[in-house]
Amino acid sequence: MRNLFQVSAAFEDIMPAEYKSLIENGPFGGDKGVTDLGTFKELLEEHPLCAGCGLALSLRLILASLPNPEHTIIVGSTGCSALAFPQAAVHNIHSLFGNQNAVASGLKRALSLRFPDVVKDVVVIAGDGATADIGLDMVMHSWFRQERITTIMLDNEAYANTGGQESGMSQEGAVLNMAPKGKNFSKISVPELAWASGCAYVAAVTPANPRKLQSAVRRGILAARETGSSYIQVYSPCPTNYKFKPNQTIEKVKSREKDGTYQVREYISDEAQLLFDRLEEVKNG
Amino acid sequence: MMLQQQREVDAEYLLFQAKREKAFLTGSEAVAEAIKRANVDMSVGYPITPQSEAMQLIGELYQMGYLQDYYRAENEFAVMASIHGASLGGGRVFTSTSGPGTLRAMEMFPVWAGARQPIVCAFMCRGLSLPPSIQPENIEMGMLLNTGMIMLHAETVQDYFDMILGAYAIAEQPEVHLPIGVFADGFFLTHTRESVTLPPSDIKLKTYNPSAAPVPCFNSETPPLRITRDPLLNKSNAISYGANASWHQEILSASIRSKKHINRYIGGSLETENPDAGIMIVASGTAVSQSREALRILHKMGIRAGLVKIKTIRPFPGEELAAATARASLILVPEFNAEGWLSREVMASLDRNSRVVSGPRVFGGMTMPPNLIVNEILSRIS
Repeated sequence: MRNLFQVSAAFEDIMPAEYKSLIENGPFGGDKGVTDLGTFKELLEEHPLCAGCGLALSLRLILASLPNPEHTIIVGSTGCSALAFPQAAVHNIHSLFGNQNAVASGLKRALSLRFPDVVKDVVVIAGDGATADIGLDMVMHSWFRQERITTIMLDNEAYANTGGQESGMSQEGAVLNMAPKGKNFSKISVPELAWASGCAYVAAVTPANPRKLQSAVRRGILAARETGSSYIQVYSPCPTNYKFKPNQTIEKVKSREKDGTYQVREYISDEAQLLFDRLEEVKNG
Repeated sequence: MMLQQQREVDAEYLLFQAKREKAFLTGSEAVAEAIKRANVDMSVGYPITPQSEAMQLIGELYQMGYLQDYYRAENEFAVMASIHGASLGGGRVFTSTSGPGTLRAMEMFPVWAGARQPIVCAFMCRGLSLPPSIQPENIEMGMLLNTGMIMLHAETVQDYFDMILGAYAIAEQPEVHLPIGVFADGFFLTHTRESVTLPPSDIKLKTYNPSAAPVPCFNSETPPLRITRDPLLNKSNAISYGANASWHQEILSASIRSKKHINRYIGGSLETENPDAGIMIVASGTAVSQSREALRILHKMGIRAGLVKIKTIRPFPGEELAAATARASLILVPEFNAEGWLSREVMASLDRNSRVVSGPRVFGGMTMPPNLIVNEILSRIS
């Protein structure tokens, strides 16, 4: 598959250095991971997101964790992450706000029809507003239907791109735009909704633990290939709208884990567990 | 019924050369007969009157093996989004909806056009709310005039069959590659039976070739890596604005380029009867059939009148219409909606548009008796 990205000899002298670098030292082939960051050409670079953006960090880690980047199609949605994808060397579909899981359902099915013998991973990466609010019906119905897709929520607990409005994922009491008296209902338990909706693999993780995040992304994608839908929630705090210093993002994550208001957790179906055990066995020879 | 072996043939052969046999079908059944021969990969549906039966029949085609995938989605917005995704993945797709479903899905239609997708969608038009109505009306067409999609309007069940198959041939031309809405007035067409002719069901369109698309699809088989919005979103600079504007212009140009394919596959944008008449009726959809009856009544009364049947609402055949009505001193535009969107299109296309009478118009479930048209004409010429 690396051959697909080879530059035609006639164009070698005019191809951008970034493209050549991706071919020579990129993650294609799937043998790179978060522990290799800094040693290879990443899929995401020079994104326009804010300094200290938790979402940008999570996205960087997620893209480095993809097991099959050359055959991965990301379906996104409106929000801050949509500003990063034009800077990412991966197929990205940004259709509208909230329809990402419906688009991904049709896409995955069409790819399965056209390429029955090739693994094509369809991964939804969208914000908390897109996933838990405006698109929740389509997100949950994709799970009910057991669509073979992975849904990743970049949870910054706000509509950040529109200027910091309260979302269903904001904590109760959070004072944000459109919740001037404080949000009056609790953070939606999307991981538990996902589990109850029949997802084969569910995880809530943070960028403070990159290895755990990578494991969740890989497990989610593997589960989606072979068993059913999967959901991964990544807490990605927003310094701009929550008004903390850009260098405190990881501290913020850790303090929320410590006080129990953001709980890292994992739900694995028996079938998915069998799959992971089998793959571990193969890997360990 | 089991799947029969089907041979792939050119659209020309399927539509024009294959020997046809007579059948007696409702519009819903004609939709299914067209899709049976369209070599569609995948379809997604959602129930709404009067469209439900057609999509149920597509489901039966899937069960028999004529389509490879099919499901009932959670709402029409999700239907149109899923179809969009399947088409981005390189599949040939079909869906349909009606009235309120059209409006619920509205946000997706410009996305189809902007993504340059040859999606074919059958609209079986009905009233909207409020006041609520499930009855025949084509007000939703007036709301879809500016989505970038090509719009065909069927008069008869035969039209509906031929236009849906023709739509794939037109939409998939590399220089077109736009979505096509094939519209019918609900109930009048979907639920009434007409005599039609069909090519044999052991032939079907050739498999869609997504690699001939003007924009690569998202299958990770063909570089370059793509994002659907490429440079077009939220970059506040002149290059972005220019790229966005030129993309829009290209959609409009593609629509204009579709005209020669419209001529080839559905026999042109309009049809004219008695083009030299001083009184002309301009209509689309089932209003054309009512107008034909009106012509017959007028003829018996010794009054000569003509008729222009408009088949393509987008691109609107303004120049052709101007030529077809050049000698008319009175032009009537009967319509099945309260708004009068067709008469506005007609008036915007003609000079001396004081010749145009916007009406008669019926809505809310009312039928359009030919005498309504006749009386309107008599009142204008007396």
